[in-house]
Amino acid sequence: MESLIEKYIKAPVETATLAVFRILFGLMMLFSIVRFWSYGWIDKLYVQPELFFSYYGFEWVKPLGVYTYLIFVICGLAALLVSLGYRYKLSIVIFFLSFTYIELMDKTTYLNHYYFISVLSFLMIFLPANASYSLDAYFNPKKSFHYIPRWTIDSIKLLLGIVYFYAGLAKLNSDWLFNAMPLKIWLPSKFDIPLIGNLLSEEWVQYVFSWSGALYDLTIPFLLLYKKTRPYAFVMVVVFHVLTRVLFPIGMFPYVMIISTLIFFDESFHSKFLTYLSKVLHIDSSKFYNQKTFKELSAFKVKMKYIIVTLFFCLQLAIPFRYLLYPGELFWTEEGYRFSWRVMLMEKSGYAQFKIVDGESGRWFYVDNTDFITPLQEKQMAFQPDFILEYAHFLKNHFEADGHNNVQVYVDCQVSLNGRLSTSYIDPTIDLGKQKESFLHKNWIIPFKDEIKGI
Amino acid sequence: MKKVIGALFIMTLVWACSSDSTAEEEVMIPEENEDVSFERSAMLINWADNIIIPSYAAFTADMDGLVNSFNTFKADVNESNLDALRASWLNAYKSWQHVEMFEIGPAETVGFQLNMNIYPTDNEKIDGFVTTGSYDLSLSSNRSAKGFPALDYLLNGLGDNDTDILAFYSGNDQEAYLQYTEDVLLDMQSLTATVVSDWTNGYRDTFVANDGASSTASVDRMVNDYIFYYEKYLRAGKMGIPLGVFSGSTLPRNVEAYYEGTISNDLFLEALTAVQDFFNGKHFNSSEEGESLASYLDALNTLKNGEDLSALLNDQFNTAENMILDLSAFRSEIENNNPPTSMLLAYDEVQKAVPMLKVDMVSAMSISIDFVDADGD
Repeated sequence: MESLIEKYIKAPVETATLAVFRILFGLMMLFSIVRFWSYGWIDKLYVQPELFFSYYGFEWVKPLGVYTYLIFVICGLAALLVSLGYRYKLSIVIFFLSFTYIELMDKTTYLNHYYFISVLSFLMIFLPANASYSLDAYFNPKKSFHYIPRWTIDSIKLLLGIVYFYAGLAKLNSDWLFNAMPLKIWLPSKFDIPLIGNLLSEEWVQYVFSWSGALYDLTIPFLLLYKKTRPYAFVMVVVFHVLTRVLFPIGMFPYVMIISTLIFFDESFHSKFLTYLSKVLHIDSSKFYNQKTFKELSAFKVKMKYIIVTLFFCLQLAIPFRYLLYPGELFWTEEGYRFSWRVMLMEKSGYAQFKIVDGESGRWFYVDNTDFITPLQEKQMAFQPDFILEYAHFLKNHFEADGHNNVQVYVDCQVSLNGRLSTSYIDPTIDLGKQKESFLHKNWIIPFKDEIKGI
Repeated sequence: MKKVIGALFIMTLVWACSSDSTAEEEVMIPEENEDVSFERSAMLINWADNIIIPSYAAFTADMDGLVNSFNTFKADVNESNLDALRASWLNAYKSWQHVEMFEIGPAETVGFQLNMNIYPTDNEKIDGFVTTGSYDLSLSSNRSAKGFPALDYLLNGLGDNDTDILAFYSGNDQEAYLQYTEDVLLDMQSLTATVVSDWTNGYRDTFVANDGASSTASVDRMVNDYIFYYEKYLRAGKMGIPLGVFSGSTLPRNVEAYYEGTISNDLFLEALTAVQDFFNGKHFNSSEEGESLASYLDALNTLKNGEDLSALLNDQFNTAENMILDLSAFRSEIENNNPPTSMLLAYDEVQKAVPMLKVDMVSAMSISIDFVDADGD
């Protein structure tokens, strides 16, 4: 049995597939960084704000003022070097660290697809993606390998499969399937889209979108794996992601996913692509076809790799289910919501008015949120308990430094979820200044008044 | 290639089948037509032609009346002409409450609200300008020395009683005071003329034609401006700030029409009525109602079978209005009560509409507030 698995893991496959993936991944990341910069988002999101919302345990990760641009330069350069395959190990490590640092600076900008990039680039540290069609392999024949072990390519397929399948599982809830929420809210507002605009306000269209979206996510990994269905599956991938791009402001994500799913295609497809590429760029590609198979030099290194990658996937499979450890409705409390491939599941918005009470004089006043945080931060803060708590602590410190004593912080917070009328979200009698952040359940969240059945 | 074509063929087939089956359903149960057929452009036309432009026209007329009253006063400075001038001022100030919320298009370009109604007014700056006679009212730094609040000071605040006030307009500095008042009035009149002519000559059509669903579409912009006005100018400016809810101590000096002293509650009620009428699409000076935020919510609601948000909002507006009706003028509420409990309670009711507008309404309409240009997922 073990030998069978061993055999499977080590089965040599052409490096071409992984090389194509590396080249395109690097280029897309470089483009993403340039795009982000050109929109002025570095300044707007990471330089101008006065306060940044941190992930629990990562409070030390902060933007560096104007030097924040430097992190983006480093990240972009690393992406380019990854694409070229130059000092790949170092480049991909730097890319992973700088990209993840950027994402950790302010959780206001958390997006599942940024998390996907972080996770994927971490995995890529352990893959010999520079074994072919890379500057490393070009200059150093010792580093050039025609074949690599099969697991290195399949691990990326597995990660993509998890992303899709878990995104599909998350859609198996009563709001999505039986109320067509939140698409019922989002789609009618896109009435001005050419061709399909008028259809989007039809209720049956909203249900078709909901159900086919869930079905797509759950089945697409398998349809891509199976050779006979693969071409159709890829057409579906393109149609699905292009449609989401047209309907929603989701930036680069659709393109990243479309390009990533190319990894499911046969070696011959990737070889053809590379042959074409070498012709266009006048690269002598013969060096890369040396019939050598990639092999790690030390057995210890191999073992470590296996352990890390196995652990990594165990975590990937487990983390999305951590919400089960918390009481209450996940969509409402959002305890265990992030890092779980829960994409576009909720139309949730809130309003939070903070009241500052001077514990000594009894004087009180309301906070004008625009004095301290940006509109985007306020929007995210107003319906996520960990943001609310962090902001309350910030306010307490700010007003105590301002000369107020023994400051108490209360919030009147109203939240609406998937078209339900807004209701009180946080216990207004709780002094948030006294509450501590932790991984434990926040018992000052007022429980959800309705019920959402499902996963 | 063959495979791709095959795939597209299958997808077309699936699409065709699904559209067929629903067509059948529709025929079978025609009364269950749950399509949201709300036309945003009909709402925009109603806003522009039946509310915004008529409100501006009425305000223009009242501004003209105010300037006429001033001319009479200027020709013959006496107490009865001062009273008539004050009456015209109040009339125009009330009329202003019906256009103040439309800070969009031409009004946004000239900063109409900021030029017409910044208070507390800077009385010392006004005194200085009158004395030196050198000032440029078009400078943004001088916004606190002009508009309705400056007139409030000039007509009601120069002295403790009418005799004292009239003395300014008939004494040694007569020319200077009349000149400054006139300049303030002409500045207001010309700003109004610019905004109104821009609306009628072109912007109306631009506004109505921009009936899409992007963040820059008219409905999205208008809803943002409307909520911004309700939250910042009506709730905070006219009530919350003087009440001290953002500062911890009351600021009676920040009441609208501070020097007149008795009309701030009336001005607030005018503004609240205007806000509610706009919400309901009520034609200006008429009881007829057209397509509106309320009817839009109702149309969306037929699909969602959710709570009747438009009714809830109207109830909330009415509750707030009734609480305000029981109050005396804001200045005396704030100055004579410590803490001003009944006004604070009324403020709470005004406040309660904010999350309903800012969370429930925009969420139902899928309009983003303070649109931020960033990716989502």
